[in-house]
Amino acid sequence: MEEGKVISQLVQESAAAYSIIHEKFGSAISDFDANGTMPFFEVVDTSRWTEIALFMRDHPRLKFNYMACLSGVDYPAEGKLGIVCNFESLTHFHHKLAVKVKCARDGGSLQSVALVWHTANWHEREAYDMFGILFTGHPELKRILCPDDWVGYPLRKDYKVQDQYHGIKVPY
Amino acid sequence: MGLLDAGITKHNMLITSVDNVLNWARLSSLWPMGFGLACCAIEMMATNASNYDLERFGIFPRSSPRQSDLMIVAGTVTMKMAERVIRLYEQMPEPRYVLSMGSCSNCGGPYWEHGYHVLKGVDRIIPVDVYVPGCPPRPESLIGGLMKIQELIRMEQIGISRADALKKLSEKSVDPQFIIERERKAVGA
Repeated sequence: MEEGKVISQLVQESAAAYSIIHEKFGSAISDFDANGTMPFFEVVDTSRWTEIALFMRDHPRLKFNYMACLSGVDYPAEGKLGIVCNFESLTHFHHKLAVKVKCARDGGSLQSVALVWHTANWHEREAYDMFGILFTGHPELKRILCPDDWVGYPLRKDYKVQDQYHGIKVPY
Repeated sequence: MGLLDAGITKHNMLITSVDNVLNWARLSSLWPMGFGLACCAIEMMATNASNYDLERFGIFPRSSPRQSDLMIVAGTVTMKMAERVIRLYEQMPEPRYVLSMGSCSNCGGPYWEHGYHVLKGVDRIIPVDVYVPGCPPRPESLIGGLMKIQELIRMEQIGISRADALKKLSEKSVDPQFIIERERKAVGA
């Protein structure tokens, strides 16, 4: 029971942080999801993502100064790609929040937050490398793990590996 | 009886064939190139270190392909690394030997199906003389593989190709099963 109480308190703190963001951005963000592991919300109006990011980083009662992770996700059923960002506030608050942002699978793009949190620089490059998510405003958007001339985005659900790479057979 | 046991003095003469001397020199100073690609490299380093002490066989890692006789491909070869492996192999002087260590470099290992970035066997890009199975192989296995390379060198003669030497080696191969059985019986297992 004790542990359950602690978790719910953390979620409450995250909910309080969410309400500050919701007050400012209203319907640009989705409802709060009180997920026990990682409470989150989704950015509905993706054109305001950088603005929301800066607000979350700089607001005196939010101070999300630490991006713990940025992961790419493929949602083939919805025809979308997305990112999930995990934020914490080091030395200021205990609240944690995850933010989801989605874009169209074909020809979609997201705003880059690489200049808000420098952590996002390489993480966005990884999301681009693995999922083909384009980040507008990223200072150096190129592949980070695969070779520059690699074909396709390996972590997409419908990925098929290329037959040859520089004359070397790739499949088993 | 070894040469040292025979007590060589300055009045003695030794007569042998050139093949024997060359092969003996080569197999007693196999210098591998000091590079590792993944977890197998940890086992390779352990084999080089004091517990397994590869230097007793004259095997001593070199930092340059120009000084190496042997390439131990220890670990996962990614597509990105494959071209570098080819270049390093080409920089080694002949005669050169390649030992593929562990499942990844033998055949792709656990990445054989979904590892889009992994080369499914280093033998797709360079000729391999000895494969050591395991994930990763224990130092004893690696030493076994190195002994196999030494046996291969013993099979070499002036004027015969590597393929012929490998053929001679495979003709001399012994089925280890009866040795295992014999040893098991000896310890009463």
